[in-house]
Amino acid sequence: MTTQIFHDSAADLAPRRRGTLGKVGIYTVLILWAFICLFPIYWTATTSFKIAPNVMQGAMIPWVDYAPDWKGWRAIGLSPDTIGTDSTVRDEFLKRFGNSAIISLSASVLAVALGSLAAYGLSRFSYKWAWMKNNDISFFFLSQLILPPVVLALPFLVLYREVDLLDSRTGLILLYALSVLPIVIWIMKDQFAGIPTELEEAALVDGLSIWGAFLTIILPIALPGMVAAFILSLVLTWNEYFFAALLTSTHATTLPVMVASQTGSQGISWWSMAAISFAAILPLIVIGIVLERYIIKGMAAGAVK
Amino acid sequence: MSSGDLLHVVTNDNISDGRKRLGRMLIWGSASLLLFVALMQTMQVLGWRDFGFANWRPTLYAYVGWAIALCWAQVLIRGEAGKRVLFVLPAALFVISLTVFPLLFGLLIAFSDWNLSNPDGRTFNGLDNVRQMWGDPFYWNAMLNMVWYTLAIILEYAIAFGLALLLNAQIRARKFFRVAFLLPLMLSPVAVSWMIGKSMLEVRFGPISRLARWLGWDNPSFFGSPELAKLTIMLMDAWTFIPFMMIMILAGLQAIPKELTEAAKVDGATGWKAFWEITFPLMLPVSITAILIRIIFKLKLADIVINVTAGGPGGATDTVTSFIFREYRDRSNVGYGTLLAMVYLVAIIIFMTVLMKFADRYARPRT
Repeated sequence: MTTQIFHDSAADLAPRRRGTLGKVGIYTVLILWAFICLFPIYWTATTSFKIAPNVMQGAMIPWVDYAPDWKGWRAIGLSPDTIGTDSTVRDEFLKRFGNSAIISLSASVLAVALGSLAAYGLSRFSYKWAWMKNNDISFFFLSQLILPPVVLALPFLVLYREVDLLDSRTGLILLYALSVLPIVIWIMKDQFAGIPTELEEAALVDGLSIWGAFLTIILPIALPGMVAAFILSLVLTWNEYFFAALLTSTHATTLPVMVASQTGSQGISWWSMAAISFAAILPLIVIGIVLERYIIKGMAAGAVK
Repeated sequence: MSSGDLLHVVTNDNISDGRKRLGRMLIWGSASLLLFVALMQTMQVLGWRDFGFANWRPTLYAYVGWAIALCWAQVLIRGEAGKRVLFVLPAALFVISLTVFPLLFGLLIAFSDWNLSNPDGRTFNGLDNVRQMWGDPFYWNAMLNMVWYTLAIILEYAIAFGLALLLNAQIRARKFFRVAFLLPLMLSPVAVSWMIGKSMLEVRFGPISRLARWLGWDNPSFFGSPELAKLTIMLMDAWTFIPFMMIMILAGLQAIPKELTEAAKVDGATGWKAFWEITFPLMLPVSITAILIRIIFKLKLADIVINVTAGGPGGATDTVTSFIFREYRDRSNVGYGTLLAMVYLVAIIIFMTVLMKFADRYARPRT
């Protein structure tokens, strides 16, 4: 390691001073934006522990500005003292939580299964169906992305009523899987394109069938991509509001609909609203923190070619 | 790509005639079953004969049965090639049956007068809906709003690019910042509209209102005037979706080879110059992809508007989707709502096609 003796000529100092100033600037902006991103979450979390006067005063920091209270969580039956007792609101909340979980998980599984198969096929074999070649078929799948939900919503409302799928989980699962399928195919195509075909060729020489090679050799390699696609679908379907609001009424209602329906109905009880909202976003915050790597991987797919 | 398979498989398929016949029988058998059930149901609907069907479920099951038979028969008839088709066919059938049929059905609804609360049911009314749409100022207003909302993407893009550049710099706690910046995207728009739109922007004691008052704005009402309301919705939507563009751009930035930036530095390009001459042109393809996807998502914007302003004040914040949503919710006007949605779809397709043509021209890296 060489030691430098003369650091202090003007030419040496100038860029470095700008460097430190720049550093300070960068961190200021970063922290400011992090604050903008995190404050609403913090606000919701703290509001759920406030009582009416605290809300009116606009108290900010628990234990300093106000004494935390379980009021909001008691209202939805999830506070420590009400957790053992009966609560209709909690039953409703848990039912919808369950619905949301079942619907988003099944829709994501369905979309990832169908999408991976299609993406694999399109990245390996050449198809020809009528005038459509591989690129056209890919475009057909991806073009579904621009289909706005309103266009499908009303026909589906009528069709589902005819086949008795209105207000059912199955109906929503099918629609949600459809809505995330283009994204899954987008991610998985990128994923499979990065896997060399020599791997399957070797497997085929060793006597595996195409499907055998796909299931035993390629799938394990493509697993990170599938997880990324799965998580992204999970987030999108968990948050979906539009179809759920139109197509469900009592049985298959999901969490976002509950959050939305509470706003107007009984005046606004800030604390319980905050508690419900926070409970609804909590799973996603956890997913976001724990599985951030996969989400970024999913979104970055296709950005870099 | 288009010429020949990437993966060459040589197999000798000796498919017996019996097997082929079985496959064809499967397809046609299930298809005729589907036709038969559908016919029976149609007869019941027309009132010719009562078979005791409660709904169209049997036809649905018959359809699913036909779809499965079609997939299976591919393998029976075409052997190895059929197994390849089996990769794409399920997804294609799924998408076709869930979009193409409803869209065709939607076309039928769009040209009819159908109010779900009306006991008469659907009546065909030709171009009446089109005429009504032509004279509906609120619909065109919503369309115009979409233009404004879409234009806001330029600013979102600038912010996202800036943040991505910062995250790409040599900083500490990069993972913390990345997670923090990503979180808004994970939250459901409905929760966001409550958390920010209803709670933090509350006029009397919301923290943002207090901040505004402290900054000297006496009576902060974020949804008072049309322009302001629109701006607030734009900001909330931007808050949720900036992370999305940021991540895509960040991925692009990290894919730029180090040699390029180093070579630029050696040649004396620093700061702004390096950014405009090197980074920005290199990022053009990624940027265009990110913006296109963002536009697609923006055109679906509805949840926040429905939950925060319900289109108010006076339709200033209405998006096409939220407008049609209320058209159905308040008036259960299925026919008219569907026509509006169809027109919107056509407008989107034209717009996106033109945009992609332009994007194609500019996405090629300058030489």
